[in-house]
Amino acid sequence: MDRIDTYPTHIFKEYNLRPGRPYPFGATPVPGGINFSVFSRNADYCVLVLFKQGESKPFAEIPFRGMFTRPMSGEPFWGDFRIGNVFSMVVFNLNYEEIEYGFRMGAPFHKVERGKPGFHRFDANQILLDPYARSIGGRDVWGKTPDWDNIFPHRGRIVFDDFDWESDRPLEIPTENLTIYEMHVRGFTRHPDSETKHRGTFAGLRDKIPYLKQLGVNCIELMPIYEFDEFEGSHKHPETGEMLVNYWGYSTVGFFSPKAGYAATGKTKDGTMVADELRTLVKDLHQNGIEVMLDVVFNHTAEGNEYGPTISFRGIDNITYYMLTPEGYYFNFSGTGNTLNCNNPVVRGMVLDCLRYWASEFHIDGFRFDLAAILGRDESGAPMLNPPLLEALAHDPVLAKCKLIAEAWDAGGLYQVGSFPAFGRWAEWNGKYRDTLRRWIKGDGGLVSDLALRLQGSPDLYITRGPTASINFITCHDGFTLMDMVSYDNKHNEDNGENNNDGANDNNSWNSGWEGRTDDPEINNLRFRQIKNAFALLMVSQGVPMMLMGDEFGQTQNGNNNMYCHDSELSWLDWSLLKKNPDLFRFFKNCIAFRQAHPVFHNRWHLRGQDYVGSGYPDISWHGERAWNADWSESSRLLAFMLDGKHAKGGTAEDNSIYALTNTHWEAHSVELPGLPDGKKWHVFANTGVTSPQDTWEPGSEPVLSDQQNIFVGPRSVVILVSRAV
Amino acid sequence: MAFKSVFEIVNGVAKITLSGELDAAVAPAFRIDIEKAAAAKVKAVALVMKDLEYMASAGLRALVFAKQKMGTQVEIYMIGLQETVMETITMTGFQNSVTFLDEYEAARIEGA
Repeated sequence: MDRIDTYPTHIFKEYNLRPGRPYPFGATPVPGGINFSVFSRNADYCVLVLFKQGESKPFAEIPFRGMFTRPMSGEPFWGDFRIGNVFSMVVFNLNYEEIEYGFRMGAPFHKVERGKPGFHRFDANQILLDPYARSIGGRDVWGKTPDWDNIFPHRGRIVFDDFDWESDRPLEIPTENLTIYEMHVRGFTRHPDSETKHRGTFAGLRDKIPYLKQLGVNCIELMPIYEFDEFEGSHKHPETGEMLVNYWGYSTVGFFSPKAGYAATGKTKDGTMVADELRTLVKDLHQNGIEVMLDVVFNHTAEGNEYGPTISFRGIDNITYYMLTPEGYYFNFSGTGNTLNCNNPVVRGMVLDCLRYWASEFHIDGFRFDLAAILGRDESGAPMLNPPLLEALAHDPVLAKCKLIAEAWDAGGLYQVGSFPAFGRWAEWNGKYRDTLRRWIKGDGGLVSDLALRLQGSPDLYITRGPTASINFITCHDGFTLMDMVSYDNKHNEDNGENNNDGANDNNSWNSGWEGRTDDPEINNLRFRQIKNAFALLMVSQGVPMMLMGDEFGQTQNGNNNMYCHDSELSWLDWSLLKKNPDLFRFFKNCIAFRQAHPVFHNRWHLRGQDYVGSGYPDISWHGERAWNADWSESSRLLAFMLDGKHAKGGTAEDNSIYALTNTHWEAHSVELPGLPDGKKWHVFANTGVTSPQDTWEPGSEPVLSDQQNIFVGPRSVVILVSRAV
Repeated sequence: MAFKSVFEIVNGVAKITLSGELDAAVAPAFRIDIEKAAAAKVKAVALVMKDLEYMASAGLRALVFAKQKMGTQVEIYMIGLQETVMETITMTGFQNSVTFLDEYEAARIEGA
């Protein structure tokens, strides 16, 4: 039986209407029309503004409250399409592919001038983007100069959510089995050497799925793909003339819309097609066993502070969407001008709706929350013990299998690594892992005890949460690449036009003897070895490893540790390096495969240092130059550990034993090996102290170690052995 | 060029010749032809698209609808696609479900 609410009850000019449904918010196709629904607690006036695609002036403005006429009689009457604080109506006979829409909002408050503090910023002259817009037009092709006089630069579009997923669903790979690859959608394939047809787009990334499979990662984490404005804050570098843009995209315009400029189909200005291009990418990645995680930015929006543009939220309900000081200024815990009021129940609902939408309509497998500590602040900015948003996300039924990862700090000084309110679900980017590993690799002393904790999954930080709470990383988009970490002592951000004042100063890097590029083969060899050392340790650590795109073939940013503004070959992944550094790629590939092949690295719960399965070996044991005698002194720069294969996954899985040795001393050492049970011998999986191709072996093909009692480890080297029956 | 869809049944194959621009406004007309093909229980559907200049997401949805309506037993052929239409189909992931041909190959299609 067909629905009976598919006919109009109200007419406004030539538009057929009827009261809409408050839920879902946004613009939703319904039989015969489109349901528009928008919340505002303080507006008493709301008008739907309709444009034909790309036209400068609206073709219709339809009020949600006012005088309408009855369809048959033409009799005028007062109508009010509002329930509670939600304006909603259905407009019939709209061509959903052709229209763009927004709202005007008004309220009886005096207008707040730009730059002045204020609680309400209603302005009926302003056309506002729907916070729930599923597609946003205006920046359809990356970098295409917008019409700066456009009265409505970011426009809502309609999207159909009936994509043919066939049998696809989120993969639900256990967190402990993940190897995460952080990437920038545009930067990944924009370089001319990427050999993709649609460079810098979702379609381009799809062309590279075979590469990702070859590398062996099983999860990609996409830097922000919600619609943002690459022209936000854009300007020319005063000296170089380079146009600097918002390349990273950590400044959301609309939370529900994929960035059109990342889609090869963006130029069609068809929101559904853009969404389908992304969905096709996700579907194909899933078919290849690769999960998709999104880096989401709910801590602030692109509207900036009191001087920022009115795009959406501040014109719809400023006091609801933003944290405001008692004087009406924007709190700035994000360091970007404003702070989204995430623990307001309405905003909380929006965040939940948003993530549910991405999980259900895009089959996204997990989310990494930028500056997530902000999500635990109350409306006055104070940290809460049990932040309702974080709890709601942890217990949400739709998000129940999604990975939730926090960047557990913010720009307001709240640092919660190890103490982020986890509700049994949340993992964290482990900044302490990064810092310790970097310092260890460069050769700092006094770290051996700390290193042991990091290699074990940081039980000091996550004792009740297990190692899967620890997202281990040494590099990420924010900071040096791995190649730069071993090539520069200091950041070199002059190209950013901020007198090298931007970007972190505590990089814990070492240039290996020369600042920047050099032809010195000794230094270059050391750099490659240091990169391998770092990655090898990452891959044998308990917890969840995350690597940065391009580290696997030596991507450099020429010492720039803050590439947020460069859309150029400085930031794009240089695929020619893959041909230049195949040995490095091979090393990474083998290390990832080695990790995947061995359940001893995939423990959900912390190791105990005890034998609880009767194997004769503790689950983890520590060693030094002498077996069973680790040197825990301040001057120690050599540490080894053995993971007993019979304790893999708490004794529930059978595996080989693994021995990993790291020596950051500048001299070689002879190291005694722990003995193995009869019938087993140590085999060499990796030794960064020898040249390629002997530096690593494909898992399963490792050669037996000739001397089973001792091994000679070179200066600044890592050795990884695996026990196998002979 | 205005959208046009011409439907015929040739030796048990639904041959639908499309021209013009397939968008939301005209997609319902195309869907009617797909319904006709499904009702006729044809062994294959051949979409001759040499003169189809543009396809919006509504057009793509009509193709998905065709695939779902016909079931996996019925082969769908797309014939003579212009490059822009081919790109659209490829980028939105529909290419795995159909067979592309440059010309209408009667022996192959009708002999299916």
